[in-house]
Amino acid sequence: MSIWEYANPVRFLALSAKVQPFAWAAAAIGILVGLLWGFFGTPDDFRQGSTVKIIYLHVPAAWIAINAWIMMLLASLVWLVRRHHVSALAAKAAAPVGLVMTVIGLLTGAIWGQPMWGTWWAWDPRLTSFLILFLFYLGYIALWEAVEDPDTAADLTSVLCLVGSVFALLSRYAVLFWSQGLHQGASLSLDKEENISNVFWLPLIISIAGFTLLFLALVLYRTGTEISLRRARAISARLEPRG
Amino acid sequence: MMPELGKYAFEVLSAYGLSLLLIVALLAVTLRRGRRARAALRQIEAEARPDGKS
Repeated sequence: MSIWEYANPVRFLALSAKVQPFAWAAAAIGILVGLLWGFFGTPDDFRQGSTVKIIYLHVPAAWIAINAWIMMLLASLVWLVRRHHVSALAAKAAAPVGLVMTVIGLLTGAIWGQPMWGTWWAWDPRLTSFLILFLFYLGYIALWEAVEDPDTAADLTSVLCLVGSVFALLSRYAVLFWSQGLHQGASLSLDKEENISNVFWLPLIISIAGFTLLFLALVLYRTGTEISLRRARAISARLEPRG
Repeated sequence: MMPELGKYAFEVLSAYGLSLLLIVALLAVTLRRGRRARAALRQIEAEARPDGKS
């Protein structure tokens, strides 16, 4: 069995219908446990006070904002190379989810930054690349809406996605190779010594898992919606000459 | 029950409030659009059948 079998919309929808109930349920549990534990069950940070509780929203939202674009990049590459419609529609379906997560990342970052840095915003490399990523999300969604032919729209948005990937990667890695700026280093790392304190770590990981599963559930459902719309358009086009 | 948020209560609560509002709005828009698209497809598939029955 090959992964390319799921390029067939019928097979994709059948698999999606099986996965979705688990994804929705696990997402709800993950987000509820992560946020409730983080909000009610963790202490204040000795320097940041209670604002540290914003981490359970800010980091998962930023994680999804960046990785949604990476997922869109992979789906766009599949479209450009193999011309599978489901992959183009999955990329389209993921964009609004990534946009909302980028907005949450920007808003919670500004709200967190104001008391800690004394400013809502700074032209710091990570913040600036994240803002540009937000603008790329807007451009990507606008381009899908602006081009009438769906295959042309998929081609153009795929190219835009390739260009925007530079800023998605910059958002992730800017803090590692640009030492200037206000934003702190990564909160989580494979190197245990770089991680945040254990008391914050577990609810944060659960919250990130919950947000990731929510992204999965939303993208599966939204891809199903895009497939339905496309099929309805195709049937309408077939009916028109008769009518 | 409510944790003591101290002088940053407004910042923490507004971050949670705005984020949850945006997530709920995303879910609502997604589900509404999905239901409409699936209903429209069912209707057009019924119209496309030779007997026109759903």
